[in-house]
Amino acid sequence: MAAVRTSSEVALNRVAIVAVLLITLIFLAPIYWIASTAFKPRNLATTIPPTVLFQPEISPFVKLFTKRSQLRTPPTPEEYAAAPWWERLVFDGGEKVVRDGKGNVQPSGYPSRFMNSLIVAITSTILAVGMGTFTAYGFSRFRIKGEADLLFFILSTRMLPPVVVAIPMFLMYRAVGLNDTHWGLIILYTAFNLSFSVWLMKGFIDEIPKEYEEAALVDGYTRMQAFFKVVLPEAATGIAATAVFCFITAWNEYAFALIMTNRRAQTAPPFIPSQVGSGLPDWTVIAAGTVLFLLPVAIFTFLLRNHLLRGMSFGAIRK
Amino acid sequence: MATAVMTRLDPSTRAAAHGWSDLTIRNLFIIPTILFLIVFNIFPLIYSLGYSFTDFRASTNAPANFVGLQNYRELLNDDFIWRNFAITAQYVIVSVTGQVLVGFGMAMLLNRDIPLKGLLTTLLLLPMMLSMAVVGLFWKLLYDPSFGIINYALGLGTFEWLSNPNMALYAVALTDIWMWSPFVMLLSLAGLSAVPKHLYEAAAIDRAGPLYTFFRITLPLVAPILMIAIIFRTMEAFKTFDLAYILTSQPTTEVISIRLYKMAFQEWQTGRSCALAYIVLIMVLAITNIYVKYLNKVKER
Repeated sequence: MAAVRTSSEVALNRVAIVAVLLITLIFLAPIYWIASTAFKPRNLATTIPPTVLFQPEISPFVKLFTKRSQLRTPPTPEEYAAAPWWERLVFDGGEKVVRDGKGNVQPSGYPSRFMNSLIVAITSTILAVGMGTFTAYGFSRFRIKGEADLLFFILSTRMLPPVVVAIPMFLMYRAVGLNDTHWGLIILYTAFNLSFSVWLMKGFIDEIPKEYEEAALVDGYTRMQAFFKVVLPEAATGIAATAVFCFITAWNEYAFALIMTNRRAQTAPPFIPSQVGSGLPDWTVIAAGTVLFLLPVAIFTFLLRNHLLRGMSFGAIRK
Repeated sequence: MATAVMTRLDPSTRAAAHGWSDLTIRNLFIIPTILFLIVFNIFPLIYSLGYSFTDFRASTNAPANFVGLQNYRELLNDDFIWRNFAITAQYVIVSVTGQVLVGFGMAMLLNRDIPLKGLLTTLLLLPMMLSMAVVGLFWKLLYDPSFGIINYALGLGTFEWLSNPNMALYAVALTDIWMWSPFVMLLSLAGLSAVPKHLYEAAAIDRAGPLYTFFRITLPLVAPILMIAIIFRTMEAFKTFDLAYILTSQPTTEVISIRLYKMAFQEWQTGRSCALAYIVLIMVLAITNIYVKYLNKVKER
């Protein structure tokens, strides 16, 4: 940083600080608003003017996970007293929790979509980072004819518009029965993230001095042993950062999921917006679903903060 | 792919003499990935190239008839498709210009002694990590004409953002600017912090004005990284689907990806949509080519 010298520079710096704080507040306001809506009572979610101060509630999250129906008649005092605390919250909102014949609470569509998102994102991340690390090592350490062209080919697969790839994939999946399955999405997300993973991991592995492996080879390790025992531990941070990026990409993906899944394997991104549908949507429940879905990414962004630049530039720019 | 063993290690050393040969390991490490990408990215594209010359409809059992270049000819002569491209171009220009101005401006502000700079930067980067589909969804709540916080905060009354055909595209672009300005900021910051301080000191000694310093020192040195940000965002904005699809259903926001999606999965004009997909694909690959050139240029510095 340039040393602050004159009084005009001091003043300029103060203006910049105020401006930065203001911009940060404006940028965070939409996120704050959706998060606060997730804790509002339903009648305060869509008021005119918007409600800023309110008593936070947990009821949107209870509603998010349960299947509910409109209450025709209010619950009897006995029913109300016998209900657990979370069921009373649903009663208070003029609805009741749907139970099956045995009295088990029926879940909403949300938990299964969230689970699908987890299964698809985690599996595809493991595959993409695993294959990507091996391939990146190959490109980093061995001479390959047409290396630049191959790397361009690998990156270009990442740049293909999802809808363009989705049309033939939809037809092929329909022919082999992979539509609306976890594996169908896992394959697509692995292919999509693989190129990213190769490019990013190549940057990380390029930074590990090859003298490390040479020393190990001289000590009698085979090339494979040197790779597993010397290179992989050195690349651990890079692997973790790459994995988080791949996870976030797969977690957030919408177009493929919209086209390739409809119920069984549907992930959260196409499911959450479909809840707005017709009629008066309950924005508190939608906000609760949104917040739970965005939370893992927010945490990961914080953990990744020192690698964001690198990841976003496909490993081209390092700090 | 190379067939000769060419490793950076001397093959005659004891080290390379046992275990798998480097050639085996290299092939084992690289070929599965290349094959995987060929099977799941290139093969489908060849498959759809074939369909693009037919009148195939995936919704019926009727066999595909070869129609030659008819799909391409019709698409390129279709005024509605050109309108979709024009909307896309307008969207790209508005949204990328906005991101560059806001993002670069933020980087200029942050490129000085600011307390809690690391924390503020991380917080600012949050929007671009979120799911576009879910962001689109909750911006619907923000844009709502009657109870939306945006109209309230700006005192716009019941101004229509998303259901106004003239405004909707700008509303989508505004959300995109909110999400992706931090990306331009992040790359610009990297460029700005790499400008050698002595250049500024020399400029100060020469009594150069702030404008002169900015246009003659700062901008030229940041330009290559800024170009990466601009090309990447242009490519992404050109492909945009999620945000516009979720935020509005106005005909004035029907960017080319949405047209393609509707043609393929709602109208089931499979053959025709494959042809349109190819036209889009060629455009994207052209931009990708420029992008990779810049990536390599910056990498070599």
